[in-house]
Amino acid sequence: MPDKKIRVLIAKPGLDGHDRGAKVIARALRDAGMEVIYTGLRQTPEMIASAAIQEDVDVIGLSILSGAHNTICARLMELLRAKGMTDVTVLIGGIIPEADIADLKKSGIAEIFLPGTTTQAIVEFIRQRVAVA
Amino acid sequence: MSPAERAWEQRTLEPTLAKSPDRNSDFTTVSSYPIRRLYTQADLEGWNPDTELGAPGAPPYTRGIHPAMYRDRLWTMRQFAGFGSANDTNRRFRYLLSQGQTGLSVAFDLPTLMGYDSDDPLAEGEVGRCGVAISSLADMEALFDQIPLADVTTSMTINSPAAPIWAMYLAVAEKQGADWQKISGTLQNDILKEYIAQKEYIYPPEPSMRMVTDTIEFGAKHTPRFNPISISGYHIREAGSTAIQELAFTLRDGIEYVEHCLGRGMQVDDFAPRLSFFFNAHNDFFEEIAKYRAARRIWCSVMRERFGATNPRSWALRFHSQTAGCSLTAQQPYNNVVRTAVQALAAVLGGTQSLHTNSLDEAWALPTEAAATIALRTQQIIAYESGVTNTADPLGGSYFVEALTNEVERGAWDYIERIDALGGMVASIERGFPQREIADAAYRYQVAVDQKQKIVVGVNDYLMDGKQIETLEIDGSVGDRQADRLRKLRADRSNAEVERRLTSLRHAAAGTDNLMPHLIEAVKAYATLGEICSALRQPFGVYQEVAIT
Repeated sequence: MPDKKIRVLIAKPGLDGHDRGAKVIARALRDAGMEVIYTGLRQTPEMIASAAIQEDVDVIGLSILSGAHNTICARLMELLRAKGMTDVTVLIGGIIPEADIADLKKSGIAEIFLPGTTTQAIVEFIRQRVAVA
Repeated sequence: MSPAERAWEQRTLEPTLAKSPDRNSDFTTVSSYPIRRLYTQADLEGWNPDTELGAPGAPPYTRGIHPAMYRDRLWTMRQFAGFGSANDTNRRFRYLLSQGQTGLSVAFDLPTLMGYDSDDPLAEGEVGRCGVAISSLADMEALFDQIPLADVTTSMTINSPAAPIWAMYLAVAEKQGADWQKISGTLQNDILKEYIAQKEYIYPPEPSMRMVTDTIEFGAKHTPRFNPISISGYHIREAGSTAIQELAFTLRDGIEYVEHCLGRGMQVDDFAPRLSFFFNAHNDFFEEIAKYRAARRIWCSVMRERFGATNPRSWALRFHSQTAGCSLTAQQPYNNVVRTAVQALAAVLGGTQSLHTNSLDEAWALPTEAAATIALRTQQIIAYESGVTNTADPLGGSYFVEALTNEVERGAWDYIERIDALGGMVASIERGFPQREIADAAYRYQVAVDQKQKIVVGVNDYLMDGKQIETLEIDGSVGDRQADRLRKLRADRSNAEVERRLTSLRHAAAGTDNLMPHLIEAVKAYATLGEICSALRQPFGVYQEVAIT
């Protein structure tokens, strides 16, 4: 029997519309055999958390380039905790200053993928992480 | 192939290749367009230099739109800037002007681009981060404090709320005593590429196109030196398109705007001379130069043959260019200075009218003053030291450049015809056609980089460990300061007057009036951008895209 497909929610929070990265990752994860749900643009943390529950995902991938990551992630992680979704792996891809990375990880973000990361590296990270969980 | 070339291939090339084969099996541009080993006269068979090249300043403008090109006047060095509050950005503007910049270009923050006031809950964490926060005429007044709008030209990168932001600019000009007939600048105001690529839209296509048409119509009457639109390929390219797609979708957007203006009853030569364009300057040097040259040739033909324009100023495609933000690497950021210089040189050799050069730190953040200065100096070095400005279209007549110009042009015409067949650009957007073409190209590029078929120095080859450079910190208090300003504004203005103006705007929006006069009255009463955009949401509705992945 084949393994259950890994389910990933790719989300684009905040007001930014630059969705090239989100869409490329969505396609790369799908090509790697994962089940990918893309939220579309301008998702609030509330919308992302409820989509994650509804779709019963293993992974939430946030694409953030706008500098609004601290505000967005703090709220999202709080919502996920409140809803008991502590086993979901939350990843960020985008432009995140090094100075913010430690605090984001402390808040429960599993990994932050900066510009220049290969899609293969992200696929492998998710496979390992979800297999362990 | 000529007998001489065949002989060269057999006697000279083949023995060389036998000893030292090509590095790659194929050679392609950054857009994955195939490039041949050598270009000769054979690649220009049937090409007529009199009709297809012409002279600078003459149709079809392949060699540039000015007879003397940069010998009489250099391009405008226009650095895009904006962060924090209006006061913060005003200081940066005055610094850039003092350093020899010749035009202003405003970057607005995301809440402003989406038509939200700085104190809107949806603006939380985003105020002043990606640009300057402008919520009312009071902010616009602060932005241009001590900057005479009669003397400086200003470009404003704003799209869905372009009309109200322009109304604020015109109100500031009026308060400064600058004559609307004489002020000059450019409003981006290109909503079609928002649906296609950048995705900062509010309303659906139909009312959005009506607002664009309103601004073009208003501008033709009241601000004859202002470009009411900058039809933009930049964002299409940044979203991952090829050079040919960027060119084709942009020019087809231009056709769509012209058709809407004609539908309004305007005469083509009354507004076409003020249509302006904006292209990306990407890494692939010759592909970019071919793109700009092909753009002018296609637009000249569109204007003359498709729309019957008779004024040569309608035929000549004027464009701004910006180096490719998506080509900048977070790794080894000083390499970005070199990338930007090569890209800027392509824009200049392609005959740009104005240019923005990106700063080395922009893969990380908005630029520091020091990084922005190097970017400006890059343009000055090209202008004054490289010698490329001494003659018009120095590459004209090159077998490679002319052949590539022809091929890029043909590729763009193919797309334009496909979009025509789909019923135009709005219809194509509704079917997801350009969005899907771009997403496919973006994915193909990422795969090529991941598999090292394309080398990005410092990213997938020639790697180095390094510390992150110092970047610009945006003062986190800007959101709170803006909220205080807005509280004070709402307390000090006549709210009855604001309500009256917003009601009249709503009525006008439901009818067919040109909205510009209504918007100008509303902003002068200090109605905020958020209030205005929200008033228009009711008659216009909001747009939801079907995301294509």
